[in-house]
Amino acid sequence: MSEVILPGSGAGRRLLANTGFLLGALIVGAVLIVAILAPWISPHDPFAIDLTRRLVPPVFMEGGTPLNLLGTDQLGRDYLSRLIYGARISMVIGISTVIVSGLIGTTIGVLGGFYGGRVDDAVMFAITARLSIPVVLVALAVAGLMGTSFLLVILILGLLLWDRFAVVARSTTMQLRNLDYVSAAWCAGSSHSSVLLKEILPNIATHLAVVATLEMALAILLEAALSFLGLGVPAPLPSWGLMISEAKEYMFFTPWVILVPGIALFVLVLGVNLLGDALRDMLGTDLNR
Amino acid sequence: MLRFLLRRLAVALLVALTVLTLSFLLTRLSGDLAISIAGPNATQEDVDIIRRAYGLNRPLTQQYLDWLVRAVQGDFGDSFFFKDRVAKLIASRLPITMTLGLVGLAIALVVSLPLGIIAAVRENSWVDRSVMMVALIGQAMPSFWLGLILMVVLGLNLGWLPISGTGGWEYYVMPGIVLAFSAIPSLMRLTRSGMIEALSSDYIRTARAKGLSRLSILVKHGFRNAAIPVVSIAAVQLGFMLGGSIVIESVFAMHGVGYLAWESIGKNDFPVVQAVVLVLALLYIALTLLADMLNAVLDPRLRSA
Repeated sequence: MSEVILPGSGAGRRLLANTGFLLGALIVGAVLIVAILAPWISPHDPFAIDLTRRLVPPVFMEGGTPLNLLGTDQLGRDYLSRLIYGARISMVIGISTVIVSGLIGTTIGVLGGFYGGRVDDAVMFAITARLSIPVVLVALAVAGLMGTSFLLVILILGLLLWDRFAVVARSTTMQLRNLDYVSAAWCAGSSHSSVLLKEILPNIATHLAVVATLEMALAILLEAALSFLGLGVPAPLPSWGLMISEAKEYMFFTPWVILVPGIALFVLVLGVNLLGDALRDMLGTDLNR
Repeated sequence: MLRFLLRRLAVALLVALTVLTLSFLLTRLSGDLAISIAGPNATQEDVDIIRRAYGLNRPLTQQYLDWLVRAVQGDFGDSFFFKDRVAKLIASRLPITMTLGLVGLAIALVVSLPLGIIAAVRENSWVDRSVMMVALIGQAMPSFWLGLILMVVLGLNLGWLPISGTGGWEYYVMPGIVLAFSAIPSLMRLTRSGMIEALSSDYIRTARAKGLSRLSILVKHGFRNAAIPVVSIAAVQLGFMLGGSIVIESVFAMHGVGYLAWESIGKNDFPVVQAVVLVLALLYIALTLLADMLNAVLDPRLRSA
């Protein structure tokens, strides 16, 4: 457990890490609560179309009404309600993708780092091959051929984004492999699986948590990009990327239509990244290198 | 050194072969291609005709070997929609994507190198913190959304740049900025951490003790060492940018290979799609190979290895 090093590089840095952590936790926590409580807090049905009230501006702009706090979209659907339900999509995609890719990447990485030799060569090769594949393009191609669905987006992203988990799991496992407490477990007669699950995995978990935040942010951005290009989450689901895509036609006349979902997306991803950065600073490791 | 390069080259070739196989499997495993091509209103007869016409009725291994042999020779077959050789289509679109990638990389370097150096020199000051904030903002910015915002602000409101399309240099500025945003955070962080490490080293202390000027120390001794990883990451980032250009090309309607792929996905034109996947992957493999070689050349410590 000597891996956990507290930040010792000055009070300023620690404070920065803490404000970053607080801000990140606040943003992610708020979005999570909004996503969970969506049916109870959204003022309108996010799918209810009202063609007589299209593109009503938000309440703080001229012509806005308190009835639709963030205005309505091109089909007269309440923007705030769609935004609230959209938080569900982003959070579910982000978390599920991280679970799928985390399972794949951690398994591969731990095996490579633990056994070394041929196994590690194969793992390194898989990582290299995976990195050479253009993610967005392949995701779009698969979605184009198989049709779009919510589950498919999670599967595609999960199967593509395991590389960083594998890299970090591999290198951290290598560092632990020859430490005394692992040798002690061997001497005590532990089996392979027991050493891997009870000695290695708990001690690399914090590093994997940092990767998880980075990958979650990436998955949320990628889902939005896929939906924006029409090959992610299918309409009429209120994915933030899809909302930007549908509003695109009107952005030259009413720019707020792309600002609202775009800012939501930006703030959520910023929050997740802030959490990850604060976590990394507390660990005192630099995964970017 | 030679052994390292040969080993690296062998790995690159093996990865290329894997990608060739994957790009073939990509289109075959995701359903019955003949049905996808024929469309929803096709009869069984249409599907059979398509299956024969494109050789989809042959065993999968035979199709695979055929594709492999042809692809190695640079022959990716014919496009269904464009009625043209796929290789020719890609060759005509690739310069646009490459230019876009290079413009993006140039903008990214111009922004991230000075900012990274300044942040390192003033480590833990407000300058450093603002630079790191810029990196965080860049990381969180959805590229397609930034593209749309720039279109409204620079294109419509200020009228400085054309809103979208393919043409002269002015058409590359906005997409280049958007593309650069994806590379700036990592390049900036790497420059910063490399400079911090270099500036705290013994040779910098020696240079200071010799009474060299501050600028000379920063550039000649600090940056030259910090630049080694930056150069290789820049090459890798260019590979990522080329792969990710599909989103930006679609936003700005730039007719590069990414746009070509996007159009072809919508039309089930699978020979084009698998060829673009392959070409972009090969470019990435070539760029990472180049990065490793540059690393070996730039860093004398690696040369003897």
